[in-house]
Amino acid sequence: MTTKEIIGKLNLDTLVEGDLDREVTSCYIGDLLSWVMGRAPEDSAWLTVMGNINSIAVATLADVSCIILVENAALDDDARKKAEMHDVTILRTEDNSYSLALKLSELI
Amino acid sequence: MSSALHLHYEVSGEDFTRAGEASSSVKKRLKSLGYDSDAIRRVAIAMYEAEINMVIHAEGGYCDVDIYPDKVEILLADKGPGIPDVDKAMQEGFSTAPDNVRNLGFGAGMGLPNIKKYTDDMRIETTIGVGTNLYLTVIVHK
Repeated sequence: MTTKEIIGKLNLDTLVEGDLDREVTSCYIGDLLSWVMGRAPEDSAWLTVMGNINSIAVATLADVSCIILVENAALDDDARKKAEMHDVTILRTEDNSYSLALKLSELI
Repeated sequence: MSSALHLHYEVSGEDFTRAGEASSSVKKRLKSLGYDSDAIRRVAIAMYEAEINMVIHAEGGYCDVDIYPDKVEILLADKGPGIPDVDKAMQEGFSTAPDNVRNLGFGAGMGLPNIKKYTDDMRIETTIGVGTNLYLTVIVHK
């Protein structure tokens, strides 16, 4: 399923629009960036509360399809700018990681 | 074998948020050269972890990258404090990073273990009070 379809089905807010046609093939949850970078699968939706500039670098290097900030976590201004620069899609939801992952599992 | 491409980067030790510029640049270069995405991902992650380490622990340094048809060789050199116990530093979860770094999501003690996981060869030369050289090799395929 594409990122765009997931946004529609899960009613996610789009904070930064990257390539919304990218497929999302799995989901990964984590906030420790080194841990995530080594383990998040390519083309996954990454659920986190970390909205700082280093998160964007991790998303780019791990090549995830999108970052989903859960529980309305904040996105720093410099992180937003870097995400726009690197075409990293950033979405947001009020759901927590568990709830959102349950919903995602029915879609992908 | 002669080097197909040599790249050099200075890694700033002052700005934590700028770490990753060298690895992003190498990633782009490898992509444009047509290397496979798994190899590119491994090189980029290993380099980024090493850059972060340099910023956290060593106030920066430099990075030399040699791109060959079948491998990428990377040297990350710093003039930091050195690593007192390399075996310990290689253990997942062991970290000496300060709290401000942990608040940004790093300092999980995953840096060197991640680098080892993603490279085909890793060698550390470290001297207390002098610095650390990290030599990495990633086997790649076009």
